[in-house]
Amino acid sequence: MNKHNKNFEASLSRRQVMVGALGMTFAIALGGRADAAVLTGERIGQTFSPWVSIAPDGTITIMSAATEMGQGSMTSLPLIIAEELDADWSKVRIVPAPPIDTIYGNPGFGGMMYTAGSNAVTSYYIPLRTMGAQVRRVLLDNAARKLGVPVEELVTEPSVVVHAKSGRKLSYGDIAAIAEIPAKAPEIKPDQLKKPSQFRLIGKDVMRVELPTKVNGSAQYGIDIQVPGMLYGTVLRAPIEGSVPNKIDDAKAKAIDGVTSVVRLPHGVGVVAQTAWAAFAGRQALLDAVTWTRTGTAWGFDSDKGHDAFAASAKNLKEAARDWSAQGNARGEIQKAANLVEAEYRCDYAYHAQMEPLNAVASVSAAGDTVEIWAGTQSQTTATEAPAKLLGIPRDRVKLHDLLMGGGFGRRGNRDVDFIVDAVMLSKEIGKPVKVMWTREDDVHNGRFRPLSAHYLRAGFDPAGKLTTWHHRVAADRITPFMDPVRFQAGGGRDGMVMAGTDVRGYDIPHQLVEQLYRDTGVRTNPLRGIGVTANKFATEAFMDELAYKRGVDPLAFRLELLKGTPRAQKVVERVAQMAEWGKKREGRALGLAYIDYSGSQVAGIAEVSLNRATGQIKVHNFWCAIDCGVAIQPDNIVAQTEGSIVYGLGMTMSERISIKNGAVEQSNFYDYSLPRMNEVPEMHVELIQTDNHPTGAGQMSTPLIAPAVSSAFAALTGVRLRHTPFTPERVLAALKV
Amino acid sequence: MATNFIVNGKPAKTDAPSATPLLWVIREDLKLTGTKFGCGTGLCGACMVHIDGKRAFSCQTQVSEVAGKSITTIEGLSPDSSHKLQKAWLAESVPQCGYCQSGQIMSAADLLKNNPKPTREQIVQHMSTNICRCGTYKRIVRAVERASKEA
Ligand code: FES
Ligand code: FES
Repeated sequence: MNKHNKNFEASLSRRQVMVGALGMTFAIALGGRADAAVLTGERIGQTFSPWVSIAPDGTITIMSAATEMGQGSMTSLPLIIAEELDADWSKVRIVPAPPIDTIYGNPGFGGMMYTAGSNAVTSYYIPLRTMGAQVRRVLLDNAARKLGVPVEELVTEPSVVVHAKSGRKLSYGDIAAIAEIPAKAPEIKPDQLKKPSQFRLIGKDVMRVELPTKVNGSAQYGIDIQVPGMLYGTVLRAPIEGSVPNKIDDAKAKAIDGVTSVVRLPHGVGVVAQTAWAAFAGRQALLDAVTWTRTGTAWGFDSDKGHDAFAASAKNLKEAARDWSAQGNARGEIQKAANLVEAEYRCDYAYHAQMEPLNAVASVSAAGDTVEIWAGTQSQTTATEAPAKLLGIPRDRVKLHDLLMGGGFGRRGNRDVDFIVDAVMLSKEIGKPVKVMWTREDDVHNGRFRPLSAHYLRAGFDPAGKLTTWHHRVAADRITPFMDPVRFQAGGGRDGMVMAGTDVRGYDIPHQLVEQLYRDTGVRTNPLRGIGVTANKFATEAFMDELAYKRGVDPLAFRLELLKGTPRAQKVVERVAQMAEWGKKREGRALGLAYIDYSGSQVAGIAEVSLNRATGQIKVHNFWCAIDCGVAIQPDNIVAQTEGSIVYGLGMTMSERISIKNGAVEQSNFYDYSLPRMNEVPEMHVELIQTDNHPTGAGQMSTPLIAPAVSSAFAALTGVRLRHTPFTPERVLAALKV
Repeated sequence: MATNFIVNGKPAKTDAPSATPLLWVIREDLKLTGTKFGCGTGLCGACMVHIDGKRAFSCQTQVSEVAGKSITTIEGLSPDSSHKLQKAWLAESVPQCGYCQSGQIMSAADLLKNNPKPTREQIVQHMSTNICRCGTYKRIVRAVERASKEA
């Protein structure tokens, strides 16, 4: 992380670099146009900062530090700059920022360029507003000089500086043509930023910049790229991480018309061909023609048996665990509890299923000292770091063209960028540009999954019936050592991505203890939309519901009582209850509620379900959701993201399941890994509660609501608790029989 | 052996082996990349095109089957994004990642052609051939309804 792009830094320092507010760099171009050779992309005009250029015709180029996978950050981050800059949005052009972590890095990820965790807006909000305000201030100072008036007499309208007294105006383009850029960026204090009531762009729903390209086929994803002289590649990857090809019988593959070579790789066997179809056919011909070494950890692992073992360990209090979080004295208090309730929950592995199968185009130079990459990636940092390391070249020799992503959900942010490395290896091997595409089967078999987890919970009540003690033990397959080894080491083995969401923030429970039982099965795992929060909130929120029933209290009233000290939480819970008409009796249907504080965003959801008792099929008829994520940059987009999060959560709740037999993935494609279709999604009713709080995320916050809400609705309907996601019909029938 | 057919109103030709899925000819030979590869098994609809006016999974159609036929891809639906579905798609801000949306729009166009005023149930039934992993279903329904109301 934080490796510097030397060329760019050198050129910046020639132009006098200074560090602006909040540690971000404000570059100074001395009286010239931006050097297009330095910045990839086509910014035009006067460079006011690494983030903003303005051309004499008024065109404003704003750099986008976040990559776009449908979540809208490529619009919302530049919009934040444009707001404080007071830009005319119709004159703005957005250019993907080059991979220069020191300038464009995400403050929420230690300065790495990484679009994930629904935190782009949260982390960049103040820095980018400050950047925009600094550029506006430079424009004002230049206008004051030109007009010969004190700067205090000037105001801005979109892309225009106005001197009200004399009625004179200067457009931003006019100013750009004569602008002198100061050596030191003007200081902007937080109280000099706009008040929310002054916003012209934030909260007004501008159209996402790339949207028009997504209705006519012109949007460009990594998979759409063709470069001159390019060949096609596929890789038959090892069925188990850590195995390598042993014997390769490539005769059948090579006999296919158009296949030009079969290449032994460390992690699989590559096929290179003149056409895409020949490359796919070549991979198919290798299926029974490769044997693999029995290396790697996962050999012999069976996820059903493994899950039983996880659950037994979680429940066995004598089994070693590390304290993840503690408050009060849960260990002592639980012994004194007048009433003790316990429960177990489980979640299966789940697959990202981003719609665009993984792919990349790479072109390694003949000398092997530079590489050009075209790919959709959640991290410009890892997308350049891993190939540089592989080729043994500096990172600035990796030229990245980052393209739109046909879905990310975490899969395109993984640290080893396995899908890019394939293309780099094959291009290096054959000396030509190669487009590597994974088949859907590759994408499933070699996915990186939301981990398997087992949860054991206990709650203690005092004699007055108050919930005083909370104890949660999580046994789950690890994520963080692979995704963020530095943080994992620094934290002494804390697996934050797995344990996220174990907190019961908002609820007033004096004594709490959460324990982590670290497990490493060798199965490939990864952050997936909702990370650990999806599994952990299924456990904690369903358990909360059980506790209410055990106490004979309405689950809504039970939560509201515990949330007394948290007004924002209470508000979303109360609102969603109103939306769903909580108290209303319904024939053959029932409601279930869940509430989550997800990284500060307040979300509450209610599911309305019915059951076909013959087939075990649950139907979710309605889902109501209230979300408060503070200042809403693009309100309708937050609603859209929430709808998408609900559908995503529905899949993991109802049908999505990866199982492992003898170390390998059993599923292959959408016939055995089934995603929600239109006829399976409920009516969704989303209400955004806008507040002036610092903006927090929206891209995944509602995903974890679905499983506990459906489990609790099912319990309200049948008296039976579903404890294992997904709630497949077989599991439902089995639960009803017990 | 060359196969001749019509794509978006213009003659097209390919030398691809007859068993090659139409999808790859459209995408890689004709460079009409709006039609997407999602599953290759007829299960997601990302590859949806019209063949002689009816929707078809291009990943499940061999190039030999389209000899002499007329194919429309998303690029040929309108020259300038002016098809009422394309306009409705923007009005409802349907796309998220957008990857499935060419297929969604081609499926919807097929529906409206045969049934200009579909009921909500008919929309849902027809469109359930197409997966949207981003979960834009609600907006797709709204956009189809909006387009169907437009004369
Ligand atoms: S790619 Fe044709 S249906 Fe999925
Ligand atoms: S918009 Fe992403 S899959 Fe539909």
